Amino acid sequence: MERLIKERDNQIHTIGSSKHEVACEKKSLAGSVSQRACVFCGSRVVLYPIADALHLIHGPIGCAAYTWDIRGAMSSGPQLHRLSFSTDLREKDVVFGGEPKLKKALTELIEAYKPKAAFVYSTCIVGVIGDDVEAICREVSKEQGIDVIPVMAEGFKGTKKDGYKAACDALSTLVGTDNDYEAPEYSINILGDFNLAGELWILKDYYERIGVNIITCLTGDGRINEIRKAHKASLNVVQCSGSMMHLAKEMKEKYGIPFKKVSYFGIEDMSEALYEVATFFKNEEMLNKARTLVSNEIQELIPALEPYKKKLTGKKAAIYVGGAFKAISLVKALRLLGMETAVVGSQTGNQDDYNLLTKLCDKGTVIVDDSNPNELSEFVKEKGVDLFIGGVKERPIAYKLGLGFCDHNHERKEALAGYEGMLNFAKEVHASVCSPVWQFFNRPSSTNENE
Amino acid sequence: MDKLPRLKDIRPFVSTRNACKLCSPLGASIALKGIEGCVPVIHGSQGCATYIRRYMISHYKEPVDIASSNFSEETTIFGGAENLRVALGNVIGQYKPKAVGVATTCLSETIGEDVELMLNHIKGMTNDEEWPDLFTVSTPSYQGTHMDGFHATILQMVKNYAKDNIKNEKVNVLPNLVSPADIRHLKEIFTDCGLDAIILPDYSDTLDNGAWDKYYRVPKGGTPIKDLKLCGGAKATFEMGEFTKVSAGKNTSGNLSAAAWLEKEHGVAKYQSILPIGVKATDVLFNNIATISSEETPEKYQAQRARLLDSYADGHKYVFGKKAIVYGEEDLVLGICAFLDEIGVEVILAASGANNNLTERLKYHCPSNAETIKVMSDSDFEQINEQAHELKPDFIVGNSKGYYIARELEIPIIRVGFPIHDRLGGQRIKHLAYEGTQELFDRIVNSLIEYKQDNSPIGYKYI
Ligand code: SF4
Ligand code: SF4
Repeated sequence: MERLIKERDNQIHTIGSSKHEVACEKKSLAGSVSQRACVFCGSRVVLYPIADALHLIHGPIGCAAYTWDIRGAMSSGPQLHRLSFSTDLREKDVVFGGEPKLKKALTELIEAYKPKAAFVYSTCIVGVIGDDVEAICREVSKEQGIDVIPVMAEGFKGTKKDGYKAACDALSTLVGTDNDYEAPEYSINILGDFNLAGELWILKDYYERIGVNIITCLTGDGRINEIRKAHKASLNVVQCSGSMMHLAKEMKEKYGIPFKKVSYFGIEDMSEALYEVATFFKNEEMLNKARTLVSNEIQELIPALEPYKKKLTGKKAAIYVGGAFKAISLVKALRLLGMETAVVGSQTGNQDDYNLLTKLCDKGTVIVDDSNPNELSEFVKEKGVDLFIGGVKERPIAYKLGLGFCDHNHERKEALAGYEGMLNFAKEVHASVCSPVWQFFNRPSSTNENE
Repeated sequence: MDKLPRLKDIRPFVSTRNACKLCSPLGASIALKGIEGCVPVIHGSQGCATYIRRYMISHYKEPVDIASSNFSEETTIFGGAENLRVALGNVIGQYKPKAVGVATTCLSETIGEDVELMLNHIKGMTNDEEWPDLFTVSTPSYQGTHMDGFHATILQMVKNYAKDNIKNEKVNVLPNLVSPADIRHLKEIFTDCGLDAIILPDYSDTLDNGAWDKYYRVPKGGTPIKDLKLCGGAKATFEMGEFTKVSAGKNTSGNLSAAAWLEKEHGVAKYQSILPIGVKATDVLFNNIATISSEETPEKYQAQRARLLDSYADGHKYVFGKKAIVYGEEDLVLGICAFLDEIGVEVILAASGANNNLTERLKYHCPSNAETIKVMSDSDFEQINEQAHELKPDFIVGNSKGYYIARELEIPIIRVGFPIHDRLGGQRIKHLAYEGTQELFDRIVNSLIEYKQDNSPIGYKYI
């Protein structure tokens, strides 16, 4: 197949026929129509679910307007995170500097909404007009008596991944600030779950059932005062390795807390996540409870999945998601439904992730880093897939071509984690792949009008 | 789970809370998508382009490919010329576009990029290549909203293509930011009235296509470029909306709208009106059309008008004296308010996120409500929310972002405009002319009936 942008050749790998590894962790090419966003986006997705904090976006209006209450990250209490606050910089602020406006905005918002802490995101032009955001944050913090944390998230200063790092840096200023708290035995933190559609609550229930206490899931149903206690945990359980690895590593160095990488999608990975924790605590009773939980859940789940599996066996899928770790789980989850993954890629995967994917997937599978609409549409045509798993930006590509689609991104409102999540996943995949509406569509041939 | 936080007291804020506007390159992108074979490039960092794409995709439910010149740290220091060159190369290679429109961002404007110059330079570097049409529009969001970006783009396109005024049989139609369904309806109207319309922009297909059997990198449709070249010699320009002047960005041309520029430069007669929503405003449109076509309004539209009036009679009691809040883009607000005014709704608040002051025009077009209507410009959703709790409307009219206000107040929301992110078919909502008004009127009346029905202890099924 003709590749559209030569410079991207080494970011595309076909198992069995490509010689090179998947090149990754590169900046997107100008004009490639990357599906990635920016540094700000990375930091915003991670910190957004901290529900009792004020999130003030310093810059012109766009960055705030486009991120207003679009994610499915749920809070059991406060909803302050669902408001969108912006300094909405204007001409005169750009010319004379945005510091006075930032200071006023921060002060008024803290006084009005009384948040537990404030995050201030600096966006592109702030980095250029030279506002000293850190100084303003310090000043207001002193005056208001709460933590005001700058998040240096200028969009152009890297990729979404650098945004994850900026978010971790911001979080780490809070971690370890409550030393009065005594953690119960077997306490963990959950890192990298965002409580999309209440997924954290599902996980929490599992962990509690095997006798594990969760101190905080910093970024899912997050609360400032819980994050302060995070350093008292015995273990950090990290999901979506891309976003929270920095913090996990830092906490290991600083507080000696080990971490484990897990995923909660699909039966295998979910069960593994429970066993890993039980094994870590070297507690036979906990391990037994985990075994019982897993076997009970699976006994219920497998027959429930059966009807879907019957219909889906032999169908092919394409996966394009933010983090490659999630893609790995999805490949396994699809396999459980009898489906094969023909195309898999991510916006921000690293070498380890892609190597793992290369091992996991079958010969002929296309693996791709930082792809774009044209490539993705080519791949799905070439491979003749029945289902596309991705986010909002990938959905119309699938639908235009008459393919099923499953949303697995931050905007989704369906819980897909855990055992019940697996069932939801099966239902959703089935509802899309097996819909009768596709009978009216001519699935694409592999010729393209532009070729 | 708590409720969304809402302050008890009303106070002024310097910050914007839940913006009731979007940024300029978004407006530019929508307009650029309405040109045949055109791919938009946003000159700035990757995030702006991706966010804008996602926002548009969620409304139009179509692939929306917008490229970015993807600034890095070095770019902000040394300038974006090289990035732009690479971006153009990749866009042209991938899409083989007929035109590429480059919209600037806050970032590229702040560092003082001269994109026009860059484009000339880039073209000059390789003379053996066939370049698509290249043009740029200056869209700094710290100067204006998405509507400013939209209108600036229309003006730029007209300036770029209308090089002469050799007379032809066309008429220019500038419909404002309306839905693809509206544009289709306008096309139908002009064709039926015997006028050969150049609709600018025409994203009726590009942002609302049918199912495909192959993947179109550049979707079919859009204002044909060959037509665009004729707009300087057209018989007239129909410009819908009163807030179409371009006053933000670099290429303001003395505060002219595209229609005003065409009039000034090429002597094309300008017919400006508010958005044709409601009987009065649609009558104005058809009268203007009749002036140019020298023909009576076709039977079909007279019948639509009569049917609309008939439904006004059937439904007037349900809406009379009901209080409404209208919010959104300035011209949409003006058009909707004028329509509500003519059916007896009490418009208690008209709010827009734009800087333009609507008061005078609203009073003019809403004679019944002129004394009492409250007007807010440069406002945001939290201000509207506070007002809504004070003023207690019976329903609100605007885009889907106001849903949370209606939910809190437990009143209906009539979804119009852009974006509609919580319903199917936002791109197919009709607002314009007798037919669009009919749909709007039915929806409003039925929402009020439904509200009454749902809240009645009896549950009438005959109302
Ligand atoms: S920087 Fe400007 S152009 Fe980019 S998203 Fe923000 S407001 Fe829009
Ligand atoms: S690239 Fe910059 S301006 Fe654009 S959305 Fe990201 S932070 Fe905002």
